[in-house]
Amino acid sequence: MPMVDIDWLKDHVEVPDDLTYEQLAKDLVHVGLEEEEIHASQVTGPIVVGYVVDATPEPQHNGKIINWCHVDVGEAYNAIDEQGNNVPRGIVCGAPNMAAGEKVVVTLPGAVLPGDFRIEPRKTYGHVSDGMCASERELGLGDDHNGIILLRHYGFSPKEYEALKPGDDAMHLLHLDQPLLEINITPDRGYAFSYRGVAREYHHSTGAAYTDPVKELAAKAPVTAGLDPRSVTDIEVSIEDDNPIHGVAGCDRYHARVIKGFDPEAHTPNWMRRRLIRAGMRSISLAVDVTNYVMLDLGQPMHAYDLDKIEAPIVVRRARQDEHLVTLDGNDHALNPEDLLITDSPDGKRGSRVLGLAGVMGGLYGEVTAETKNVLLEAAHFDQVSIARSARRHKIPSEASRRFERGVDCKLQPAASQLASELLERYGNGEASQHPTDVNRTGRPKAIAFKASEVARVAGLDTETNTISDILTDIGCSMAGGGNGVFSVTPPTWRPDITEPCDLVEEVARLVGYDEIPSIVPPAPVEGAVGLDADQRHSRQVADELAEYGLVETLSYPFVGDEDFRNFSYDPSEIAKVSVEIANPLAADRPYLRRSLLLTLAQTVQRNLRRGIENIALYEIGHVYLWDPNAPAIPAFEGGKLPTDDQLAALDAGLPDQPKHVAGLLTGMAEQSDWMNAGRAVDWSDAVEAVQRIASRLGATIALEQLAAQDAPGQWHPGRVATVTSEGKAVGLVGELHPHVDEQLGLPEHSAAFELDLDALFATLDAKPVQARPISAFPPVRQDLAFTVPAALPAARLQNAIEQAVGDKLEGITLFDVFTGDQLGEGMKSLAFAVIFRAADRTLDSSDSEALRKAIIESTTPLGAQLRA
Amino acid sequence: MAFDAQAVSDAVAEGIEKIDKASSLDELKTIKTQFVGSGSVMTQASKAIGSLPADQKKDAGKLMGKLRADFGRAFGTKQEQVRAEEEARELAAQTVDMTLPLSRKPLGARHPIAKVMEDIEDLFVSMGWQVSQGPEVESEWYNFDALNFGPDHPARQMQDTFYVKGNQSKDAAGFVGSNMVMRTQTSSDQVRALISRGVPLYIVSPGRVFRTDELDATHTPVFHQCEALAVDKHLTMADLKGVLDKFAVAMFGPEAKSRLRPSYFPFTEPSAELDLWFPDKKGGPGWIEWGGCGMVNPNVLRSAGIDPDIYTGFAFGMGVERTLLLRHDINDMHDLVEGDVRFSEQFVMGE
Repeated sequence: MPMVDIDWLKDHVEVPDDLTYEQLAKDLVHVGLEEEEIHASQVTGPIVVGYVVDATPEPQHNGKIINWCHVDVGEAYNAIDEQGNNVPRGIVCGAPNMAAGEKVVVTLPGAVLPGDFRIEPRKTYGHVSDGMCASERELGLGDDHNGIILLRHYGFSPKEYEALKPGDDAMHLLHLDQPLLEINITPDRGYAFSYRGVAREYHHSTGAAYTDPVKELAAKAPVTAGLDPRSVTDIEVSIEDDNPIHGVAGCDRYHARVIKGFDPEAHTPNWMRRRLIRAGMRSISLAVDVTNYVMLDLGQPMHAYDLDKIEAPIVVRRARQDEHLVTLDGNDHALNPEDLLITDSPDGKRGSRVLGLAGVMGGLYGEVTAETKNVLLEAAHFDQVSIARSARRHKIPSEASRRFERGVDCKLQPAASQLASELLERYGNGEASQHPTDVNRTGRPKAIAFKASEVARVAGLDTETNTISDILTDIGCSMAGGGNGVFSVTPPTWRPDITEPCDLVEEVARLVGYDEIPSIVPPAPVEGAVGLDADQRHSRQVADELAEYGLVETLSYPFVGDEDFRNFSYDPSEIAKVSVEIANPLAADRPYLRRSLLLTLAQTVQRNLRRGIENIALYEIGHVYLWDPNAPAIPAFEGGKLPTDDQLAALDAGLPDQPKHVAGLLTGMAEQSDWMNAGRAVDWSDAVEAVQRIASRLGATIALEQLAAQDAPGQWHPGRVATVTSEGKAVGLVGELHPHVDEQLGLPEHSAAFELDLDALFATLDAKPVQARPISAFPPVRQDLAFTVPAALPAARLQNAIEQAVGDKLEGITLFDVFTGDQLGEGMKSLAFAVIFRAADRTLDSSDSEALRKAIIESTTPLGAQLRA
Repeated sequence: MAFDAQAVSDAVAEGIEKIDKASSLDELKTIKTQFVGSGSVMTQASKAIGSLPADQKKDAGKLMGKLRADFGRAFGTKQEQVRAEEEARELAAQTVDMTLPLSRKPLGARHPIAKVMEDIEDLFVSMGWQVSQGPEVESEWYNFDALNFGPDHPARQMQDTFYVKGNQSKDAAGFVGSNMVMRTQTSSDQVRALISRGVPLYIVSPGRVFRTDELDATHTPVFHQCEALAVDKHLTMADLKGVLDKFAVAMFGPEAKSRLRPSYFPFTEPSAELDLWFPDKKGGPGWIEWGGCGMVNPNVLRSAGIDPDIYTGFAFGMGVERTLLLRHDINDMHDLVEGDVRFSEQFVMGE
C-alpha cells in the first residue's frame, strides 16, 4: 500500500511545519485512509556534510588505490591534534570519485546505517579511518554503489550547494531522519493511490488549503479538442475494440505525446530519485522514473515507448486466439480474447505487433532503452473490469493495474502527459511536441438525483442543506438544482466510485464526522418469532449436557486428507469421491472437508496425548460436508436483483449437504483412580451413556440397534457398535473404535466414540408440550424376574417385550443382574429385572400380579426366554 | 415383711447415688432392676404397705410416692444424659476429613468460542432479534455477488478465499470455477435471511468462516464471526451506533463504547470500521479495532428484492476470536484453535 512522504504531500496541500507522521496518520484515518504502519528511520547519526581538504591516492599491494583523505566535518565533529587544534578528520576512502574540494556525506563513529552497520574508528591500510564517506547504497538511499555521494551532483541549486557547510546535518538534508507513513487504501478510493488524492483527503480532514495540480497542468497542456480534423498530430492512434466486456469499451481515451531529442545519458534528479525510493520504487532511467513519478504524484499510470521502434498506427484492440506476449518481467503469456492490447503496425500490417497488455504491463519490444532519443508517452484510460480480469488472468498485479482496476480519472491524461513532458524537457533536454494525439471518447459522469434528506434518512444526521451542498462541492462534485432540497449532483471524474445517492450520503457523513451521528437503540419489532428456535435451543442443550457429563468441547478445523482416511480405515480413493475438495488448500495433504467429525476430533485428541495429557474425552458440535458427485453445477448470476425461484433453487441444488453433527471421543480412564475410587477404563458404555444423556436431555426416545459383526463399519469394533435410532430413524453410531483404528491413531485400546446427526435427530423430536400423566397414589407392587435367554438376545429386546406386556401398569424396570454360567447351559445367559407395577385406579392384588406375570411369559417366550423365578 | 421406711429411703438414696455414677445405658438398666425391679427393696416395701395399719398407710404411701418420683427423676435425667453421650461418641467415630479431594462426577468444559457466541445470541435475542445460520460451503452468489461484490470487484480478489472444486461451471467473469467457496464472512447469510425471512428483519448470525491465512499468533484460517443485520423502515446510522454501544457494553463492561471510522465494504454504504473503547486494554484504556459496519448497500437490498427507497438497514460484523483474545488476555491464537483441554478447562461451563 502507498507511502506518504510529508515532503511530497506539501507540493499540493499546506501542511503545518511541525506536522508529525503520527498526527498525519490521525488526520487521514479520520476521513477513511487507515494507517498501516509508520516506518521509522533506519539510520542514526551523526551523519554530516564534509569538505574534502585533501585526498592522497595510495596504491596498495593488491592493486587497489585508496585515498587517504582529510575531511573537514565542522568544528563540533573535527579531530583535535596533539597541539589541541581543531583539525580535519583522517578518513580512508576507496571510492574512485573521491577528490579534494568535494562536499561529501560523512558517517561518523557512533552512526548506525541500515543493516545495523555501526561506524567505528578503524585501522585500515596503515591509517586510522575516523569515519566513512558514504555511498547511496550504504545509506539506504538507492542502489548506487559505484562511488560515494558527491553533493555537487545531488540536485542542489548552486546557491544551495554553496550554503552547505562542513558539519551540517546530512541526515536531515537527505531526509534520512524522516519516517514514512504507509496507508491502506480501500478499493473504492483509487484516486488516493496518488499524492493528488491523499492531499485532497488531508484537506478534507483538516481544512488545509489544497491546490489541485491538475488544473494548472491541464491549462498548460496543448489543446487537442476541437481541432481541424485534418491537423496532424504526433501519431495515429486507433481504438478498435471488437469484444467489449459488459458493453464497455476497454479503452475510452488514449493520449500520446512525443518528446524529441531526449538525452539518453540524462540522470534522474536526486530529489526525484529520493521520492521514488522512499515510495518503494527502484530508480531505473530518467524516462521510466518520470512515468512512475507522474503515476505516484497524479495517479495516472503512464508508459514510455521508444518512438523510433514504433510504427504507426498504434491500435488498441483485444487479443486474438493464440497470440502471445512476453512481458517486461520476462514471462510469456498466452493471451485471451478478453485481454486488451496496445499494438503497432510494422510493414503496414495494422495492429500486428503486440507492444503490451494495456494497463497491466508492457512487453519487451518498444521499451525505452539506454539508446532512446525520441520518446512516445502514453497516458490512457482503460475499463476497470477489463484491466482487473487481465491482471487476474495473468497473475500480474502491477502498480498500473492496481490503479486502473480501481478507476483512474478520465480527464487526467493531458495533465499527466504535460507533467511528464515538462520533467523530460527539464531533466532530459527533450522537446515535447505541441500536437499530442488525444483520442477521447469519455463522457461526463452520470448525474445523480440526490435528495438532501437522504443524509437524514440513512445517516441519521440533521445536516443543513447548504452544508451538504458545500461538502459535495468541496469533494469535486458539481451541484445543480437544489430547489425542494433535490440536487442533480455530477461527481468528479476522479471519483468513479460515486454512482448512487448512498455514496453521496457517505461523503457527507464522513466529512461531517461519524462522531456527530447520535446513538439510538431501535425498538424490538413485534412481528415474527422471537427467541432461539427449537434446533438452536436443542443444540445448546446437547453442548451443555456433554460438558456436564465431563467431556471438553473443542472446535477443530474441518480439513482432512489421506492420512486421516487411512487412520480410520477408510479407502482414501473411495471416500475422496464423496468428499468436498478445496481447490487451494493451505496444507496440500489435507485438501478435503470432513464427512465425519471423528476424523478431526481424533487429530485434537492426538495433539493432547502428544502433550502428555491423558484420559482425554472431547466432543465437538460442527458441520460435516457430504459431496454428491452428481450434484449440478452452480450457476452464476449478477447481484443487485432478486433471482427467480428457479434460480435460487439452482444455487442451493449444487451445494453439498452440510448437516450439523455432534461427536465424542473418550480415551483412557473414565473414572480416575484415587483415594475413594479404584478407577475404571473407558469402554463402549461411556459412549452409550453420553448418547442416552443427550437423548434424555432432549426428550428423544432413542434405541440402539447393535450391528452384526459383518455389518459393522471398519471404523468400529465389530462386536461393540450400534446404530442409534430415534423414532425408527437412524441418527448415528456409538460404540468402541476398531482396535486397528486405536492403534493407527495411537489411542488407548477400547477408546469409545459416538457421532450423531443432530439435524436428523432434532427432526424426530416432537415440538408439542409434554402431556402430563396423573400420579397414582395407590401402592406399588415390586417383583424380581429372572430369565434364561439365548446369549445373543439383546437385553433391550427382552426389556421391550416386558414393557409391552405390562403396558401402563409398569412404573419402573431395572436390569439388576447379567450372568452366564455352566448351570445355564451352552449359549445361554441370565437377565434379572426388578419391576414395579402400579395401577392408576386401585391397589393391585395378587390376582393382578399373577395376570401380569402370565402376560410377561407370553410376551417373552417367543424370544426364547424362560422365566426362572 | 414389715414396712421399713428408713430402709427403703436408704435403698433409694443408694440407688440415686449409683445412678449419678453410672456412665452407660447398660449400667442404668442394671440399677433399675436392682432398685425398682421385682425383687427390689422398693417393690417389697410397696407390697408391705398393705399390711400396715390403716393410719400408717397414708404416710407410707406418701413416702413411697416421693421416693419413686425421686428415683424416676434421677434415672430419667441420667438416662437422657448417657444417651446423648453415647450418640455423641458414635457420631464422633463417624467423623471424616471433608477436605479430601473429590472427583466423582467432574464437569467437563465448554469451548469459549462456542460459549461467547451463545452470549452474543442471548444479547440480541433479549432485544427481540432472531438468530440465523447459513451454510459454510456457500455459493459465490450469496458470498459475493448478492453483497455487491461483482465478479470483477477488486475486493473479491482481496478476500483470500478458499475455492471449492466442483462440477465445472463458469463464474460471472467467465473464468472456470465451481461458483462455490468456503464462505469468507458471515455476511453471506444476509441475503439468505432477507429472502427467506423477509422484512422487517433483525437477525444475528454467528458462525464459522474461512480464509487462506496460515495459523500464527494472530491469524487462523478457520475462525468465527458474528454478523448482525437489521432492515426496516426508518433505520439510520444512529440506530447502528446505539446497538453497537449496547453490544460493546455487553461484551466488555459498562465503560466500553464504540467509535466509527470511515471505511469501505462493498455491501455497506456508508461504511465504517468499528473501534472499541476497551477499558482493560493492556497498558491503559484505549481504542482497538473490533469489526466493520455500515448501512446496507441498496444493491444488497435489491439482491433480495427489497426496495431501498422504502427500507434501510444496517449491518455489522465482528471477529469472535478477536473479542476473546482481547477480553481474556490470550496472547496466542494457537491456544484458541488447538483444542488443548487445559485451555478450555479454564472456562468450565462459561463465565
